[in-house]
Amino acid sequence: MNRLLSAVLGVVIAFLAWRFIDWALLQAVWQPDSKACRAAQGACWGFIAEKHRFILFGTYPYEQHWRPALASIALVLLWALSAWRMFWRWWLVLLWLAGLSVIGILMWGGVLGLPYVENQRWGGLILTLLLSTFGIALAFPLSILLALGRRSDMPVIQALCVGFIELVRGVPLISILFMASVMLPLFLPAGVSIDKLLRAQIALILFAAAYLAEVVRGGLQAIPKEQYEAADAVGLTYWQKTGTVILPQALRIAVPPLVNTIIGFFKDTSLVVIIGLFDLLQTIKVSLQDPAWSGYGVEAYLFAALVYFAFCFAMSLYSRRLERR
Amino acid sequence: MVGLANTFKVSLAGIVLTTVLGAAIGLFLVSANRLLKAVSRAYVEFMRNVPLLVQLFFWYALITETLPPPPQALQPLPGVFLSNRGIFFPLPGSAPVLEGFNFSGGLAITPEFAALLVGLVTYTAAFIAEIVRAGVLSVSRGQREAAYALGLTRALAMRYVVLPQALRVIVPPLTSQYLNLTKNSSLAVAIGYPDLVSIANTIINQTGQAIEGIAIIMAVYLTISLSISVFMNWYNARLK
Repeated sequence: MNRLLSAVLGVVIAFLAWRFIDWALLQAVWQPDSKACRAAQGACWGFIAEKHRFILFGTYPYEQHWRPALASIALVLLWALSAWRMFWRWWLVLLWLAGLSVIGILMWGGVLGLPYVENQRWGGLILTLLLSTFGIALAFPLSILLALGRRSDMPVIQALCVGFIELVRGVPLISILFMASVMLPLFLPAGVSIDKLLRAQIALILFAAAYLAEVVRGGLQAIPKEQYEAADAVGLTYWQKTGTVILPQALRIAVPPLVNTIIGFFKDTSLVVIIGLFDLLQTIKVSLQDPAWSGYGVEAYLFAALVYFAFCFAMSLYSRRLERR
Repeated sequence: MVGLANTFKVSLAGIVLTTVLGAAIGLFLVSANRLLKAVSRAYVEFMRNVPLLVQLFFWYALITETLPPPPQALQPLPGVFLSNRGIFFPLPGSAPVLEGFNFSGGLAITPEFAALLVGLVTYTAAFIAEIVRAGVLSVSRGQREAAYALGLTRALAMRYVVLPQALRVIVPPLTSQYLNLTKNSSLAVAIGYPDLVSIANTIINQTGQAIEGIAIIMAVYLTISLSISVFMNWYNARLK
């Protein structure tokens, strides 16, 4: 029975794999030539070859593409460094601040002979990476405050935190993004306008904070009651107790679920497409609107899937290694 | 309110189908067959690590670009037509007939609905599969061995001994997956399926009543979320 199942399954998989390889490799067109693509039976990877600069860097000035490329590499390196437990020291924060300022200089320019590039022209992969990085970096402190507030003894603070967390978790991210892009300007005095990128970033931060807060709360709940009592007995104030005894332990416990939440958040940044920001997915959609290259959506989205998969799978392997310890 | 009905339609169909698919894949993940296990593991890893929006665009592109136009529609079963204008099923008393450039009659599924449903179902199923796997593994080994000792086959032991106990672990996280599916159905706006968000967005654009529009979206989703969790809490309480 088991052997029969394996055999049938094996044949089906082999057939599907052969069909896919035939389409994706054997009959595919690799050079950026749209006429050859139209004639071919297989996949048209020439589309990616033709458009890869636009897909990765958006409308950033063409001859300056090395700047977002370098910034992306720097950002990925910073994340990779932060993954090692031996680097979890206070100077990691300084390293991040330094790294982010270098990235800011690279992206905006205007100094050191680099021409200035306004952030409306940022796009592609670096925008996806920046939105997730700043989303997490700023949401994280906020989420700790929310989690502490949810467990606080003061009823007003507790109600506010619970209300915020449940409201944000109960509605889809899109509605929060819409709210930020449509409603936020209504509350501002006339003449003041916030950049579209910044508005989306604020929405993402609020969204991430609510989800991260629940993870942090899980870590806080895992701390045995004796720890709180011991800290009280020594005579520490609330902030001393939280800062030196409770949080360091709680955050350590919460790291694996935090990584999982971060993976989810990284995937969710793709939703900024809907309010028209030029992230990785949007640059792909725009490339598809070129009449010479329309109709290759399957190839284009497979490429997008591969890029996202590479980032997310690396993070999930890391989180699994953390969990095994 | 068409939008609300459409959101309900896709969420309901999605929840039913994804539960079936997710449970099946979850059981494959703990099956004795190595190949089956490996294939389902690869499926789960791939689905979980690619954004849903990318998957939705992919399905939509697959349907509208690779399926033939209505005159050359594929006919996998008599009366069922697959084309880039949608999928057509015959209903009793009315079969789909080609008229001009499209079919009429029968039950039509638009490409938008099909892409949204397939995307939501296959994506959420990967998460449900992991939940089912964790639930099955949480049942102690002794329970299964005792069932085998009584002479039950693997399938019977799974059905009568393991699954009833695993359900207790499975139901609470399953609830949040149902909520996620409902919330994710709002991504419909990106591929042009007229769901609640998409309709509300049109209303906002036409009337400029942004605050009211967004308030409606949020109120509706909060109501749906709360009712699903009330129902699942009730089911969970009954299991105990």
